[in-house]
Amino acid sequence: MNTDPGAEKIRSRKFSRWFLFLVVLFVLSGVAFLIGLNTGEMDISLWEIPGILRSGEGLEYTVLYQIRLPRIILGLAVGGGLSLSGAILQGIYRNPLVEPFTLGISGGAALGVALAIVFALPLAFGSYVLPAAGFSGALLAIFLVYNLGIRQGQINVNNMLLIGVMVSFVSSALMMLLMSLTTAENLHSIVFWMMGSLDEPDRTLIRFTVIISVASLIVSLFFFRSLNALRLGETDARHLGINTELSIRVMFVIASLLAGVCVAAAGVIGFVGLVIPHLVRILAGSDYRMLLPGSFLGGGIFLVLCDAIARTIIAPNELPIGVITGIVGGVMFILFLSRSGTSLKMS
Amino acid sequence: MSEFLKVRNFSCGYRDKFVLEDIDFTLKKGTMFGIIGPNGSGKTTLFKGINGELKARSGSVILNDRKIGEMSYRERARSIAVVAQHIHATDITVEDYVLMGRLPHREKYQLFESTEDYHIAHHFMHLTHVYHLKDTYMSRISGGEQQLANIARALTQQPDLLLLDEPTSHLDITHQVQILNLIQKLNEEMKLTVLMIIHDLNLAGEYCNHLLMLNKGRIFKQGSPDEVLNYQVIEDGYDTVVVVRPNPVSGNPAVFLVSDKVLKQKDK
Repeated sequence: MNTDPGAEKIRSRKFSRWFLFLVVLFVLSGVAFLIGLNTGEMDISLWEIPGILRSGEGLEYTVLYQIRLPRIILGLAVGGGLSLSGAILQGIYRNPLVEPFTLGISGGAALGVALAIVFALPLAFGSYVLPAAGFSGALLAIFLVYNLGIRQGQINVNNMLLIGVMVSFVSSALMMLLMSLTTAENLHSIVFWMMGSLDEPDRTLIRFTVIISVASLIVSLFFFRSLNALRLGETDARHLGINTELSIRVMFVIASLLAGVCVAAAGVIGFVGLVIPHLVRILAGSDYRMLLPGSFLGGGIFLVLCDAIARTIIAPNELPIGVITGIVGGVMFILFLSRSGTSLKMS
Repeated sequence: MSEFLKVRNFSCGYRDKFVLEDIDFTLKKGTMFGIIGPNGSGKTTLFKGINGELKARSGSVILNDRKIGEMSYRERARSIAVVAQHIHATDITVEDYVLMGRLPHREKYQLFESTEDYHIAHHFMHLTHVYHLKDTYMSRISGGEQQLANIARALTQQPDLLLLDEPTSHLDITHQVQILNLIQKLNEEMKLTVLMIIHDLNLAGEYCNHLLMLNKGRIFKQGSPDEVLNYQVIEDGYDTVVVVRPNPVSGNPAVFLVSDKVLKQKDK
């Protein structure tokens, strides 16, 4: 083996670039956090915040601690979760257009919620019913996609993708059926839920979402080898010693459960799972060791900032966050693609 | 140990479709072994049987006294490297692509490549002449360069056995010869055992030292190039009229095709 003094330099340069990118994302998360704390109906200056939090009382404390803080934390967890889920799904399907919603996960969740509202379950059983119904709907969709995607004992990603799209269509048709038959009041609740919101008063639900999000990030990092190898196609990945069948199954279940939890907690927030992983790919490359944490942090930052816009742009009213993520994300993405002259880096 | 790869009464195939039967051969360490045969004769099926993609229906493939079917994916990838015919030309740099060959050697929880991994990858990139492309995306280099990078990745796996599926198809003669010369050099200098499917009978005769001809899912003939590339064997195996003459420089068998028109004129 000829010695090659450049190798160490090349290696350390690559890893320090990743490290730097993650540090920047961490700093940006902090910035987004502060912006989130600072924006809202009540004018609280950034410099007063530490004092108010220390005092632990008063109206300002309640606004910061009871309203804004939980929103930001939920935003980081849901944005990160959706984006992570998108990055993983794009990886196992090797398709740049896949996100949690292409696979019918949100369709199933929305149908579950609509059914719960139409049958007035929240009145009967309390506030946990909607997220529970959403999650059950998502689970049903995941179950269908997973099981119908297996042919002759082997998983077929193209089948799964088509079945996901069909599940999505069928559930949106059923949704429309429900919406056309139900009362105006129910209709309003369904539409409101579907547009998504980070306004979630229940702390347990927020805690649960945060735990699931972070746990999914950690578990998926253990699969970086498989996800990286799958960029070369399933056959090549197997030749590199990857048990692709097992990896795809585990990764699908993790990514879709994560998306199900996020949708159940915050409603249908589109675009995060599609756009953020692609932006991270354009900026930092398609290596999953970088892509997974990068997408997680990037998604959180994006959602918290979108939420800040949604809360202030027509204050004192509030826009549905899905509107902002769609417009901001879509425009940002088109600009990026046309400016940088890059194509979608799908590997 | 010299009987390095043993294929014993091997049979494999796809669900109620094509089946290979009674495949029996031995590969000695350091051989440059070519699989030839007409389209649909089972070359690729045999290839998949040897690399473990297809399960054996009966018989076994034994590499270094271990059955392929009983090895894990990771163990297999440490001893067999596969150069597939089609490359997913992805947006990944040539260097990162070649480094993927170190995956099967990575420790279970090792997140980053070691400097050693980089040394090995760079070594084989120099050897295959793709080092200067290291920061270029795989999708932006030519087919010949992609094939070279593909071989560099396979060598980076540091396998005992290198499998190649038609390494020269779709390439111009410059790259055909460049790639086969490289493989021959690796075979001779590193004592790397090579098994390849090769379509071009002339290249098979020139570069391989052992050939196996398949026909309708069975072994039709195997032996040295002189034994297999005999006009009668080829005419029976391929159902085509050919003329075989020694290559004027190397003396290896060279196969010529003759058009129907000329054959008819000769007949008269």
